[in-house]
Amino acid sequence: MTQFDFMGKRKAAYIISILLTVIALGALAVKGLSLGLDFTGGTQVEVSYAKAPSLDEVRNELGEAGFGNYSVQTFGADTDVLVRLQQTFDEGIGDQVISALRAEGEQVNLVRAEYVGAQVGDQLRDQSGLGMLIALGVVALYVAFRFQYKFALGALISLGHDVIILLGFFALFGFDFDLTVLAAVLAVIGYSLNDTIIVYDRIRENIRRSQSNDLVKIFNDAVNQTLSRTLSTSGTTLLVLLALFFLGGDMIHNFSLALIVGVVLGTFSSIYVAAAMLLLVKLEREDLIPAKRENAADDELP
Amino acid sequence: MLNRYPLWKYLLILLVFIVGVLYALPNLYPKDPAIQISAANSGASVGDSEMARVDQTLEQAGIAVKSSESANGTSLIRLENGSQQSAARDMVSKALGQGYTVALNLADSTPQWLQAIGAKPMNLGLDLRGGVHFLLEVDMDAALDQRLDVNASAMREALRGDGIRYRNNTTGDNAIRFTFANADDRSQARALLNRQYNEFSFANEDDAGPTLVMTLTDQAVTDIQDYAINQNLTTLRNRVNELGVSEPIVQRQGPNRIVVELPGVQDTAEAKRIVGATANLEFRLEASDSTSADQQQAFDFRNDAGRKAALERDVIITGDRVSSASTSFDDSGRPQVNINLDGPGGSRMNRATRANIGRNMAVLYIEHKTRTRTVTRDGEQVEERVPYTERGIISLATIQSALGNQFRITGLDSPTEARELSLLLRSGSLAAPIYFAQERTIGPSLGQQNIDRGVMSVIVGLVLVLAFMIVRYKGFGLIANLALTVNLTLLIAAMSILGATLTLPGIAGIVLTLGMAVDANVLVFERIREEMRSRSIQQAIHTGYERAFTAILDANITTLLVAVILFSIGTGPVKGFAVTLSLGILTSVFTGVMVSRALTNLVVGGKSLKKLWI
Repeated sequence: MTQFDFMGKRKAAYIISILLTVIALGALAVKGLSLGLDFTGGTQVEVSYAKAPSLDEVRNELGEAGFGNYSVQTFGADTDVLVRLQQTFDEGIGDQVISALRAEGEQVNLVRAEYVGAQVGDQLRDQSGLGMLIALGVVALYVAFRFQYKFALGALISLGHDVIILLGFFALFGFDFDLTVLAAVLAVIGYSLNDTIIVYDRIRENIRRSQSNDLVKIFNDAVNQTLSRTLSTSGTTLLVLLALFFLGGDMIHNFSLALIVGVVLGTFSSIYVAAAMLLLVKLEREDLIPAKRENAADDELP
Repeated sequence: MLNRYPLWKYLLILLVFIVGVLYALPNLYPKDPAIQISAANSGASVGDSEMARVDQTLEQAGIAVKSSESANGTSLIRLENGSQQSAARDMVSKALGQGYTVALNLADSTPQWLQAIGAKPMNLGLDLRGGVHFLLEVDMDAALDQRLDVNASAMREALRGDGIRYRNNTTGDNAIRFTFANADDRSQARALLNRQYNEFSFANEDDAGPTLVMTLTDQAVTDIQDYAINQNLTTLRNRVNELGVSEPIVQRQGPNRIVVELPGVQDTAEAKRIVGATANLEFRLEASDSTSADQQQAFDFRNDAGRKAALERDVIITGDRVSSASTSFDDSGRPQVNINLDGPGGSRMNRATRANIGRNMAVLYIEHKTRTRTVTRDGEQVEERVPYTERGIISLATIQSALGNQFRITGLDSPTEARELSLLLRSGSLAAPIYFAQERTIGPSLGQQNIDRGVMSVIVGLVLVLAFMIVRYKGFGLIANLALTVNLTLLIAAMSILGATLTLPGIAGIVLTLGMAVDANVLVFERIREEMRSRSIQQAIHTGYERAFTAILDANITTLLVAVILFSIGTGPVKGFAVTLSLGILTSVFTGVMVSRALTNLVVGGKSLKKLWI
């Protein structure tokens, strides 16, 4: 079996991870997430033109119809236009926008209209942040219960690493962060944890089976033994995600993007961050073999 | 022997698979676009003559009908072409007139034998079907205030009945306050009211004269709020049914919110007006000379600007006591609403009118509305909702004789207003005002597009994974692929059985499950490859499955935990994603461990092999 010296190169991995985390935190602090309608509240109307319109003209028409504080952008195809309005909702906003846009006799159809109250948005934002923290906390507890608290710590740092960099990625490029992307982030937590646990499970097994105290070698072996599995699973998952990204349509574009980035991050972090963290938190053989003395006594019996 | 399952295990797995196929099957039959006709009055049904008229109308318009059927007083007409659906609805609605409700529908085309075992296709979410989604928030403060007002009115009556005089009466802050001339009156009043109103806690205050303060207990507040939201749910269900939408959803969400989903509805304005309307009626006597000033309230006439009348503060009955209402026209062609009261309402009306023949009685039209305005608070722009109530007299007429539980009211603006008022009276009023916290409209074209794209990505994703597994694991790849196919079947069957709603993120969840489901097999196969270096083939297979199991279990339980959390915080489409993800994890553990093991055992178990095609 090919053996890569993953642990030997962990310094390089640390640097990459820290760098990415710093960039992500910077992007989050400076640019912030561009939160979608779900979280900010407001109104958005998506319309579809028969012929691609000029956006300036669309803006003019909205201005003339008395809408204030709107933004207009194309959405997917250049015949699809997304209009965002700050104002509160009133009856049939979709129809109002449509009739304003039809002023010059264009052929326009309503694709969807959404309104989210500011309060609902705020509440959802708080709830989502809380949900993400609870998710991290619960899985950390589970890992602590099934493995050991040092493993939980390692898993938590590795998951936090993935989430922060993923959020930073969305902040840096200004992609819309809406409820579906949040769902993707949580799915990434699940996925990355899945990967991490596979590696940890192997580490635990190898520690119990070997007599060696050379943890670096044990970790290296474990990562190498699970490597082809990690790559296979990431491979199949990425394959379907790419299918979703290219074929799934605009509404889940950012959702699949978040998952693709997240799966790549999760794979990297389960190989490097999660295992390397166990070295940092000073995992020892004794942490996993509390009943050693007892077993040893059994063994010595003739 | 190694790697052999007892026969019953194979049979059990086969049974699960067959059941899965049966219950997943209905999803392969596309739903027919249809229109559904029902009589507006329950009890009446759609007769043969109406159906003949409908058939004729559709034939003239050149709309092809696939089939039509009648059951339980409703008729369902399946159309060949979905694009003609709304045209057909409008035409049929016009041909049949007011007595019938005509709704768009998507009719199951599941064959009889599948229906017989309860198999049905998955429900499609709004993002796949098109329609309107409302999130309504119930104004709980207003619900409490309304209840206080009703109680205060009854208390005033009780005090007057016992001849206890009070000076002033106010409500607010969950409390009713009465001020009396002296402490004696107060203790009498307290003794009287204490007996009847046990949802209040009583206290005396003496700051501004002897005052009796009755505060709602916490239990009463909770009860009132529960009542308000449940009453609103009932009312909204009635109204949505009157709108004639097929498969609507009216559901409570959280402590004070209600979700309303109307698939297929595109006219948001009408739906909003009916769903959110808070119109109600009040019947009050006109104030007479003997009515004291604080028992009077002056109101404008709705249709007669400048005219006013002073009415008594006490309400005889409200529109809540109406058991049925319909519209018609009076002799001079003006719209009128015919009202039937329920038992208690009728007797109260009878008592009040019998004692007051010759006096005038007013009908008040009440609408609860909210005004949204933006205010600056702490340097931030905040939206503030100011609820207000519009009351206007629609008729003031002399009581000629004692009224029973049937009468009619006039003075409405237009036939439309009369029709909407009667609809609202029929469906009941909202126990507390509601306002729209969220609204989404999804056009039908977007829905179809989403389905097409979703199905496409599932197919492409599946093919890619299947190919990958064959290339990487050869013969065992084939086993994994069979297991994956079983997995997809079981997942769809589970969603159909549970009546889960399929949304676009839900489809994404299926696709993601496909990608991740092979993980269990990948783990096992890698382990087998590894063990083959040190063990015989049969032992390697056995150990491979054994050793990989804990990893599979731990990894999937944690993912399941995350999915459950996602379910609890998510709304709408995201909940759909969480449901598919959770079900997908369960089915993939079953197929990845049990099904693939069974297949492996069946193919290679117990045989002496020199080489494993892995």
